[in-house]
Amino acid sequence: MEPAGQRNDTIALSRNALAGLVNAIKLDGFAVFGPTVRDGAIVYDHLDSLEDLPIGVTDKLAPGHYRLAPREDHALFGHHVGPHSLRREFLIPVATLFRARRTPQGFAQIEEPPPARKLALFGVRPCDLAAVAIQDRVLLNDAYRDTDYAARRHGVLVIAANCTQAGGTCFCASMNTGPEARAGFDLALTELDDDTIVCTIGSDVGRALVQRVEHVPASDQLLERARLLLNDAATHMGRTMDPHGLRDLLATTLEHPRWDDIASRCLGCANCTLSCPTCFCTSMEDMTSLDGTEASRLRRWDSCFTVAFSYVHGGAVRPSLKARYRQWLTHKLGSWHDQFGSSGCVGCGRCITWCPVGIDLTEEITALRQPGGS
Amino acid sequence: MHPVVPQPTPITRVTKELSDTFSIHLDVSARGFSYRPGQFNMLYLFGVGEVPISISGDREQGQELVHTIRAVGGVTRPMRTLKTGDFVGLRGPYGTYWPMEEAHGKDLLIAAGGLGLAPLRPAIVHALTHRDRYRRVIVLYGARSPDELLFLKEVERWRGRMDTEVAVTVDHAGDDWFGHVGVVTALVPRATFEAKDTVAFVCGPEVMIRFTVRELERRGVSREAIWVSMERSMKCAIGHCGHCQYGSHFVCKDGPVYRFDRLAPIFHVREV
Ligand SMILES: Cc1cc2nc3c(=O)[nH]c(=O)nc-3n(C[C@H](O)[C@H](O)[C@H](O)COP(=O)(O)OP(=O)(O)OC[C@H]3O[C@@H](n4cnc5c(N)ncnc54)[C@H](O)[C@@H]3O)c2cc1C
Ligand code: SF4
Ligand code: SF4
Ligand code: FES
Repeated sequence: MEPAGQRNDTIALSRNALAGLVNAIKLDGFAVFGPTVRDGAIVYDHLDSLEDLPIGVTDKLAPGHYRLAPREDHALFGHHVGPHSLRREFLIPVATLFRARRTPQGFAQIEEPPPARKLALFGVRPCDLAAVAIQDRVLLNDAYRDTDYAARRHGVLVIAANCTQAGGTCFCASMNTGPEARAGFDLALTELDDDTIVCTIGSDVGRALVQRVEHVPASDQLLERARLLLNDAATHMGRTMDPHGLRDLLATTLEHPRWDDIASRCLGCANCTLSCPTCFCTSMEDMTSLDGTEASRLRRWDSCFTVAFSYVHGGAVRPSLKARYRQWLTHKLGSWHDQFGSSGCVGCGRCITWCPVGIDLTEEITALRQPGGS
Repeated sequence: MHPVVPQPTPITRVTKELSDTFSIHLDVSARGFSYRPGQFNMLYLFGVGEVPISISGDREQGQELVHTIRAVGGVTRPMRTLKTGDFVGLRGPYGTYWPMEEAHGKDLLIAAGGLGLAPLRPAIVHALTHRDRYRRVIVLYGARSPDELLFLKEVERWRGRMDTEVAVTVDHAGDDWFGHVGVVTALVPRATFEAKDTVAFVCGPEVMIRFTVRELERRGVSREAIWVSMERSMKCAIGHCGHCQYGSHFVCKDGPVYRFDRLAPIFHVREV
């Protein structure tokens, strides 16, 4: 993904041309990943062609509720976000960071080539792209660089799909990450109807790519239709949350009675952290081969909802569920600003959808904004 | 190379300190190593695991590093079998350090509880080596019992100096102990220092820090002049794994040493 400077031009494509675009990407040797239906959910997985997209399928999202449903049209992108985010592709659930062989000098690292794969993301959502930028800030652009993450992020081609309708748990408009992608893409698509797609060019790579399929400059009329659709999505979000002042709110409400109330509902299952596209907490596990001559170190997704997460010799720092939920929410919406200069939430709504008891952070924030009992 | 890859480092000496505590001396002459008092390293036992351990001292500046380890669990217990000629994996140094310069021209008060003396020892050694940079130097040290006092010979040497006030206390003792009995915080009111012109370094269990800070504030030392070292779970030490978070802080990179006023808003909140 190369920035194209100020040249953010727009073109219009037919669905056929878009299918050609997928083929062109594949011809260039990319593995194409995008939304597809699998096991009753729309997940990001391998796409062979445009036909693998969830054509004419949508997802109904509500707190603790996710269900696929047919659409009346044949929209390619008439759905929202599923349980998987792009985190699985870059900060993979289990990675080997280090392997070594025992030697007379202690041990010697077994050098392995960095993971190499030409990856194209096709039809990914603006909130998910914003989440990748947030994880980049943590794992690439801080004092240290996670080389496994860096190798997987390198040279990724990004074709985003803007959202022309919002889901029941979406609030990207509040978090300023959608429904239109503003950065981090080579091409961004806005699907107007079953045969008209407006495409914003975001990089020189994207520009070269569209030259290989039939297209016309987007007319003012098409641009206006796209604008209206995106505007409609932005004003019909399933959820809203005023992001202003959250850092200070959460820093000053650590003793608010609402935390006890949340703790009485939360199961501590960690679904929210595992579905969240920005959560980056991991654990490291060291192990040896059966004969003890080789050792490896794995990096594995972890969650602040487990008691063991904060364990130091002598006990856990956050034994209570109240403290663990509070850690999650204060980090995501509050202290993330201190740490990385942005919110840790992109408003994708996954934590609401996939919470088995339907805990909704936007509601909890509303409650925390009310003065606490005592 | 991934930043969490440890470097094999030979052990030149292992010394027993207490029944459950030992020091390992590491030869880092091959690569050179510089650190500031209060920083820590990640020590890796092949295939077993990795733990954050403070640098408790060095010999021949940058040639040999010392780590003092209490055997408590899955990694530190097997480390007890380490001997001269063995190797551990090393990466570091990490974290913030005791700001020695802050105390220049002032009274320097150092309060340690238990193993908390280990990360403070390089600061004490540094202060005593450059003694003329400070006015009074006061070391307050407490342990649970006499047989849990760390670096006793060295503490005795410091105590023998005319230019340093050293007070040692234990929580419990038998008849053969002639020193103070009581918690280390009780030594604060008796120590001689000018509160307005004092910089304090405090390390020990969190309750010890809490009460020591309270006593120091009672004497008139401001929060801005008190520095404490925090302990949290650490897996990566490079700000990536999230385990060490404490409010908005990553203890591995923004800490472990903090000026107390920066922690004050969360220090008294339970389970942060
Ligand atoms: C900055 C810093 C400096 C330190 N300096 C020193 C020092 O100088 N000397 C010293 O002796 N100690 C020091 N410590 C403490 C030392 O790091 C711990 O005592 C050590 O990590 C214990 O490791 P262990 O595996 O032996 O103990 P355990 O108690 O077995 O394990 C502790 C760690 O293992 C993990 N763990 C254990 N059980 C579980 C479980 N059931 N599920 C998941 N995870 C688990 C936890 O993540 C925990 O962090 C320091 C700590 C910090 C943060
Ligand atoms: S906190 Fe919830 S809404 Fe925000 S990014 Fe994470 S999963 Fe999405
Ligand atoms: S908030 Fe919901 S999803 Fe998150 S841990 Fe609690 S019950 Fe699970
Ligand atoms: S120890 Fe991993 S972030 Fe601090």
